[in-house]
Amino acid sequence: VEQSPPQSPGPGKAGDAPNRRSGHVRGARVLSPPGRRARLSSPGPSSSSEAREELRRRLRGLIERSRVMIFSKSYCPHSTRVKELFSSLGVECNVLELDQVDDGAKVQEVLSEITNQKTVPNVFVNKVHVGGCDQTFQAYQSGLLQKLLQEDSAYDYDLIIVGGGSGGLSCAKEAAILGKKVMVLDFVVPSPQGTSWGLGGTCVNVGCIPKKLMHQAALLGQALCDSRKFGWEYNQQVKHNWETMTKAIQNHISSLNWGYRLSLREKAVAYVNSYGEFVEHHKIKATNKKGQETYYTAAQFVIATGERPRYLGIQGDKEYCITSDDLFSLPYCPGKTLVVGASYVALECAGFLAGFGLDVTVMVRSILLRGFDQEMAEKVGSYMEQHGVKFLRKFIPVMIQQLEKGSPGKLKVLAKSTEGTETIEGVYNTVLLAIGRDSCTRKMGLEKIGVKINEKSGKIPVNDVEQTSVPYVYAVGDVSEGKPELTPVAIQSGKLLARRLFGASLEKCDYINVPTTVFTPLEYGCCGLAEEKAIEVYKKENLEIYHTLFWPLEWTVAGRENNTCYAKIICNKLDHDRVIGFHILGPNAGEVTQGFAAAMKCGLTKQLLDDTIGIHPTCGEVFTTLEITKSSGLDITQKGCG
Amino acid sequence: MAAMAVALRGLGGRFRWRTQAVAGGVRGAARGAAAGQRDYDLLVIGGGSGGLACAKEAAQLGRKVAVVDYVEPSPQGTRWGLGGTCVNVGCIPKKLMHQAALLGGLIQDAPHYGWEVAQPVPHDWRKMAEAVQNHVKSLNWGHRVQLQDRKVKYFNIKASFVDEHTVCGVAKGGKEILLSADHIIIATGGRPRYPTHIEGALEYGITSDDIFWLKESPGKTLVVGASYVALECAGFLTGIGLDTTVMIRSIPLRGFDQQMSSMVIEHMASHGTQFLRGCAPSRVRRLPDGHLQVTWEDCTTGKEDTGTFDTVLWAIGRVPDTRSLNLEKAGVDTSPDTQKILVDSREGTSVPHIYAIGDVVEGRPELTPTAIMAGRLLVQRLFGGSSDLMDYDNVPTTVFTPLEYGCVGLSEEEAVARHGQEHVEVYHAHYKPLEFTVAGRDASQCYVKMVCLREPPQLVLGLHFLGPNAGEVTQGFALGIKCGASYAQVMRTVGIHPTCSEEVVKLRISKRSGLDPTVTGC
Repeated sequence: VEQSPPQSPGPGKAGDAPNRRSGHVRGARVLSPPGRRARLSSPGPSSSSEAREELRRRLRGLIERSRVMIFSKSYCPHSTRVKELFSSLGVECNVLELDQVDDGAKVQEVLSEITNQKTVPNVFVNKVHVGGCDQTFQAYQSGLLQKLLQEDSAYDYDLIIVGGGSGGLSCAKEAAILGKKVMVLDFVVPSPQGTSWGLGGTCVNVGCIPKKLMHQAALLGQALCDSRKFGWEYNQQVKHNWETMTKAIQNHISSLNWGYRLSLREKAVAYVNSYGEFVEHHKIKATNKKGQETYYTAAQFVIATGERPRYLGIQGDKEYCITSDDLFSLPYCPGKTLVVGASYVALECAGFLAGFGLDVTVMVRSILLRGFDQEMAEKVGSYMEQHGVKFLRKFIPVMIQQLEKGSPGKLKVLAKSTEGTETIEGVYNTVLLAIGRDSCTRKMGLEKIGVKINEKSGKIPVNDVEQTSVPYVYAVGDVSEGKPELTPVAIQSGKLLARRLFGASLEKCDYINVPTTVFTPLEYGCCGLAEEKAIEVYKKENLEIYHTLFWPLEWTVAGRENNTCYAKIICNKLDHDRVIGFHILGPNAGEVTQGFAAAMKCGLTKQLLDDTIGIHPTCGEVFTTLEITKSSGLDITQKGCG
Repeated sequence: MAAMAVALRGLGGRFRWRTQAVAGGVRGAARGAAAGQRDYDLLVIGGGSGGLACAKEAAQLGRKVAVVDYVEPSPQGTRWGLGGTCVNVGCIPKKLMHQAALLGGLIQDAPHYGWEVAQPVPHDWRKMAEAVQNHVKSLNWGHRVQLQDRKVKYFNIKASFVDEHTVCGVAKGGKEILLSADHIIIATGGRPRYPTHIEGALEYGITSDDIFWLKESPGKTLVVGASYVALECAGFLTGIGLDTTVMIRSIPLRGFDQQMSSMVIEHMASHGTQFLRGCAPSRVRRLPDGHLQVTWEDCTTGKEDTGTFDTVLWAIGRVPDTRSLNLEKAGVDTSPDTQKILVDSREGTSVPHIYAIGDVVEGRPELTPTAIMAGRLLVQRLFGGSSDLMDYDNVPTTVFTPLEYGCVGLSEEEAVARHGQEHVEVYHAHYKPLEFTVAGRDASQCYVKMVCLREPPQLVLGLHFLGPNAGEVTQGFALGIKCGASYAQVMRTVGIHPTCSEEVVKLRISKRSGLDPTVTGC
């Protein structure tokens, strides 16, 4: 049977139950027998019929995934009798009280279509429709019920999650809360420099957490300078001690690793520190550090293996360069550093290293912060440049040579121009590669079970319910194709996935207007569209862009530069000046951006910004008084004060 | 229109003005009071945030505008330049001194992050005060330049009404001048209140009008009061290393959410500020060695106690600056209780062409941005053909105590009072800012709570945030609340990791559930 990807037949008994009118279930397990495929396109794509199909799918999911599924009403005495029967048998039931959910009436309608039974309770045991209260008791007396109950799940686990990062853990915990038997496989393959870490994934170990803490350390350096202007007195040249900082940060991370293990244990999630590799359908091989192999089976799988830093593929890169995987636990100060790349990882690392007083150079192949608003990206770069970071634009390294061993040693970097034949040479203590990240999908047996990946990027294409080309396999987080590579996104999508799989939820993860912040020395927060993207989508003439430079109050007395912090919003004139892009470059940009992102979820317009009263004196208030449009060409520099 | 109003109201006022003008021997610009012949289209009394916003806006709309501003020296003799409370003795110096105190905290954090700073680091009040005062002076200057640029006439005179269209101004040297205008906006704000029945209060005590302009450190300080001014001042004084005590008679931060308020106090106490709760001062005396001896009474036991301080700061509230305005000459009504000016939703007083905005008005939030917006909207209605009214609901604000407290919308008490306990759902969380972990800071009071209606879609009624950068965190959510955000919409917002503000979009535990609201892990 040919079916359009990513659909493929579900496992086992998908078509068993009566299935009168299975409609167009886009991107989901197709439940209808092949013969009925003609119907897939017949109903119009009206939202109500789509909603109904969603509901049908959800109910089927509940029935298929529950050993005992009872559709009940909390006040119904017959329902109560049935529940009591199962509880006396010591059997756990999944119960949906129709009177306690919003769409109870619709559920009942769809149920009656599926089962021809209009009343509750409506009982299923191991996917078989048993019937109402009387039928259930008859089945009990005849022994049929006991027989049905014995046909228990053939799998070791309801859900196995491969990857113990933010997305995987949130999915695991949520599934466990919903009463499922869950396993997490997590294994950190050491970096080429030999760095390894504990449970929690990139964010906790080699991402957001240590990054923000080192950023904070750098900000404290700035605060120390400021503090003299505010009356604090100390004269000595303050030095920064890399080892002290790194130790403190690593201690914090260890406590987080421990916390994750504890919370998995508390929720009875099995955690196995082994490398997962699919060997056949529903079966995965787990290999631990010692090479011991164990096999586990599960009804469903979630892939949340994330990504790892990419290498250049030039002579000397894996031997001598480090990546963000290594930097945060580096036992010695990196010294004079070359950062290769212009990703946010590159700029953030370069920023805090320079903040500690190190000599830092960033080698950029083409543009800064690809994918971000380029006006903002350039401003981020120019602030860094003013604060001592050197930029080598349009160069790429071609060879790394070790001149001296040591902690740190000395490396010679040979680089060539991307535009001509020019080559340059530089000597650095450390070369940090931050040129991008690759998905961890190639060595986990996905081809054995038919999970498709994008051959070029290695990412896993998923539909809007995070389902891969194999219906029982899902993917969340950085491995899934086309999704923002952000911890909170992975957490949200993992959690919602578990709720859809094992709860009665329909809620999908909303990937629109995801806010984020780049923690460069001057932070850059944004939500919605970059200016270039907005122009591409909506056309320049339909946009109004408001912007201003601003001077944070705290910077005035500190004697820090005016006309550096910048705020910009992009409004769609065709839609009541709705704010479709929000950008701020300034201190605490993350804290500022979050609330505006919530407001954008609620349909923020320029008028609402104007009507909102500022909190004085903050940076955030600048958005309530934006007056100058970019198209006016008026001067936005702040002269003097006020 | 104004002319008609005058005509309709009769001649009494004008007649009085004539006699006064003659009697006072005033020289100046006042001519007849008929429309079109008056000196200005708009006269603004008070050069604070609200008044200046009005003046600038009206000038931009092509009107002839004058601003009169005069700072009556405080009882301790402190005076300042153009810009009103916010710029000179309010938000600006307060936030800067708060920042100085925060920097003190960061200096203590720094060694944990690898910075080799020998502790403790002493603080020099004079240096800070000078830097802050210089910044304020530059702002004073900036305001004057802005008025000049926009051709707004500025008079440094003390104004009082002569009649409903005319104001008499007295300059420093005693010279008088008469100014008449078609429209008059009163924006004189308020000044700190002194206690009336406490011996030595006026003589030895200072207020927020003085603290920011002190040349020397206030030393060991007693702050009397429980207003946000009291707590903010006590907070930064403690933060820069001074021995600071706050004396509170009843509840702290009246009008704010009381759970949050008590956590603010709790944090300050753990941060080194001492509190004398349920106490009221009875007298202040100067000891021979120059110290101030304060005597107070414990309100529950009636027992008296004394303590010595270098400085006593009164922060027991503010009184509107209306007394010297001769409002009765113009017929402008004030509240007999508060002396604040009574206005309608259009900021109009009892006299049709006289308006009032800002802290001087009865029943308005005493906040700079509120005054600015109300002023601009008023002027746009007067001269710009607009009919937009100021919306005083859901005004966000932040108290800059050592741990900042930002809020918008209803307090939990207010929500319950309006909607009933059974219709209110409160989501809350204790969280630990990432930066606190490595620094080993206590985060017991880092707390966020969202007050919602219980019925789906659970409209958000109020947001309360206690933690670092609360002002920055609160601003955006204030917009969300303005947009009519529901709990569900806020929860669908993806967090920014790792920030404090992401805790707001992760609120899952309701108070009703009784579950532990402590956030763990990521």
